[in-house]
Amino acid sequence: MTETIRFLDYAPAPESTAILTLRESYGLFIDGEFSDGHGESFSTISPATEKKIAQISTADASDVDRAVAAARRAYSRTWSKLSGADRGKYLFRIARLVQERARELAVAESLDNGKPIRESRDVDVPLVAAWFFYYAGWADKLDYAGVGPNPRSLGVAAQVIPWNFPLLMLAWKIAPALAAGNTVVIKPAETTPLTALIFAEILQQADLPAGVVNIITGAGDTGSLLVNHPDVNKVAFTGSTAVGRSIARSTAGSGKKLTLELGGKAANIVFDDAPMDQAIEGIVNGIFFNQGHVCCAGSRLLVQENVKDEVVDRLKARLSTLRLGDPLDKNTDIGAINSRAQLDRIRELSDIGEQEGAERWTADCEIPKTGFWFAPTIFTNVSTSHRIAREEVFGPVLSVLSFRTPAEAIAKANNTPYGLSAGIWSSNGSRVLGVADKLRAGVIWANTFNQFDPASPFGGYKESGYGREGGRHGLAAYLTSAARESLGQVAPSSAPIETPAATKKATK
Amino acid sequence: MAIEQATPLAPHSLAPAERAIQLIGGELTEKSLRLHLEGLPGVDAVGLEARAAALGTRSIKTTSKAWALDTIIELIDLTTLEGADTPGKVASLVAKAINPDPSDLTTPCVAAVCVYGDMVPYALEALGTAGGESGIHIAAVATAFPSGRASLPVKIADTRDAVRFGADEIDMVIDRGAFLSGRYGLVFDQIVAVKEACRREDGSSAHLKVILETGELTTYDNVRRASWLAILAGADFIKTSTGKVAPAATLPVTLLMLQVVNDWYRLTGERIGVKPAGGIRTSKDAIKYLVTVAETVGQEWLQRHLFRFGASSLLNDVLLQRQKLTSGHYSGPDYVTVD
Repeated sequence: MTETIRFLDYAPAPESTAILTLRESYGLFIDGEFSDGHGESFSTISPATEKKIAQISTADASDVDRAVAAARRAYSRTWSKLSGADRGKYLFRIARLVQERARELAVAESLDNGKPIRESRDVDVPLVAAWFFYYAGWADKLDYAGVGPNPRSLGVAAQVIPWNFPLLMLAWKIAPALAAGNTVVIKPAETTPLTALIFAEILQQADLPAGVVNIITGAGDTGSLLVNHPDVNKVAFTGSTAVGRSIARSTAGSGKKLTLELGGKAANIVFDDAPMDQAIEGIVNGIFFNQGHVCCAGSRLLVQENVKDEVVDRLKARLSTLRLGDPLDKNTDIGAINSRAQLDRIRELSDIGEQEGAERWTADCEIPKTGFWFAPTIFTNVSTSHRIAREEVFGPVLSVLSFRTPAEAIAKANNTPYGLSAGIWSSNGSRVLGVADKLRAGVIWANTFNQFDPASPFGGYKESGYGREGGRHGLAAYLTSAARESLGQVAPSSAPIETPAATKKATK
Repeated sequence: MAIEQATPLAPHSLAPAERAIQLIGGELTEKSLRLHLEGLPGVDAVGLEARAAALGTRSIKTTSKAWALDTIIELIDLTTLEGADTPGKVASLVAKAINPDPSDLTTPCVAAVCVYGDMVPYALEALGTAGGESGIHIAAVATAFPSGRASLPVKIADTRDAVRFGADEIDMVIDRGAFLSGRYGLVFDQIVAVKEACRREDGSSAHLKVILETGELTTYDNVRRASWLAILAGADFIKTSTGKVAPAATLPVTLLMLQVVNDWYRLTGERIGVKPAGGIRTSKDAIKYLVTVAETVGQEWLQRHLFRFGASSLLNDVLLQRQKLTSGHYSGPDYVTVD
């Protein structure tokens, strides 16, 4: 046989960027059209090549005022007057346009974010369309959303989203807000504004009334101006726990309804009776999906001690087949780290892990010369007191801990300030249910990991935030009950009380 | 024959197959075999199928594709298993096996020709002296293929006939009825007996492929158990299907069998072959199998003694793709030969 070729090196299969028609610079999308921002513009780069993609505007206080005013106008004059069925029509139209332009969006997302095209094409963009389809269906059925009869929208929603799933997080925020009858000012992360700006073009294509969705770009200052703007009724944030805290502080007492989807340090618990080959896949998917830039990532592997060596061996063998490189290559499994800052953070925490005595293993893969990269890494001999077992690394770094009994697994899994997600691997159904019942996490996966569906609520508790996104619960975060309003408990367009089912953002 | 008579002390002793004794240890009994098979970790069907689907999305282009197409040809067991098979049909198939594409003599030859036992002499005759040069093997199905519903002596006679005629490889079927009713020992003993019947007078042996007929085993847990059982009993290859039952080979089933083979390799250092058979008709599908092999057990498995495709119509599709890669344009079914 021809042995000269290493088949596993697969010849390059890059997705073409020819489908993209990008502008050299993008303004702010306010009141249905693009206009220049008054802050200092910045460039967005491809983290795989460090090459500039486009120049992006920064919204200053006057721009934020303009955007919120446009949203307020659209709310009172147009959007709140439309029937649910008519709002649904727009959302369906947006969903179909996302599907039509799916390839373009996937390429843009991989270019700007660094995630593999396989993921943006097969996960992110299909879910974006699914989210709009799902909430389009809800728009005329709000009486059944669970907040009582004849629920009301809140008004203007200020939304700030992260860089790990730029377009998907935008969909998670915008779709339920619009279905419930609110208007939106949204700010994408400063390292990943590209798909949001292409999405603005989709909104124009869909003929969405001007001002219903406004997309403003900029860094943390812009975000802060937005969430603290006096004329917004609802704040939804997905991102770090530190920023989430400051938002909670600054919105307290303002009457703004708030949902937060923050960090996580999920435990992925593998029992000795787990379907082993699938568990290995699940561990890989849990922490190396999207380079580990996932708030619900299974970053702490808790494995039963009697199978620990076997699991670690198999995991290393599997990781050695992961392909790191060009995000636009269709065979790439691990793309680029989103930014230099994030790469530095991952490096720092990994070095600390080593200093604290954990044993580091890194998959042997070639690192490209330009761009930001971090090879898949496993830490063994990790104890619960190590920083890599406690802090969110938000990168392709897995800490392996062991346990002896289900009770110990539960105790270790819960021993974290976070509470977003968890995974359980076992062939024993009653054990799965019993353990799931005792885990303090908003989302628990059994024999799978990182599965998302628009019908399924997502969110966490403790330092992972509050509120739910997705499903009926996600809708409730953008509604207030007419009954509470008439009792004077909630003023229209300024709901001070968090409902139990407040929204929260999911995935990071 | 290696079947031992039951004794009062060990009421269900099984044939002392070397691998099983090494792994399970002690005296091999129905009970010890059952404990081992039932103690295997379960298979999560959703996860297995998701992994297979993910492997199926690899994009194989240019040089990798050229290598893949040639490799597929080299791994094909070109098969005819019809009641209507004749010496003429078999001879035509052998000619194609030796020289798959008369318009391009750089095309490699296939791994083997697979026929019913009584067709082995005609296949060998057609292969003639070319057989030695090309390295093409003759594989014969045996043991009351495809149903396996015959007594053990008949199965053994069937096997011995084919070996005596000169078959290089024997593709046997397991007794699915016995397996599904939990009589693992019976299935085990039969495989050991057939393996014994593969022995030639000179002491060498025909290679034994054990067909699990996964379409009848229905669950992935069963496929995993049957794969272990066949390996423990001495299989050189484990094979998915006869091609007579739907579904035949599927990517998830093949992935699962590769995982078992990988587990065996990790445990013993010994490499067992895998042969998906039936239902693989296009180059695109076959490439997914190559990817699955390479990413599960490694590229070294993509050799004739460790991986085969049981197929007939697949070859022509690969040849068309190969011509396209060489010439830059698609031809059509008239540019490849019918068997």
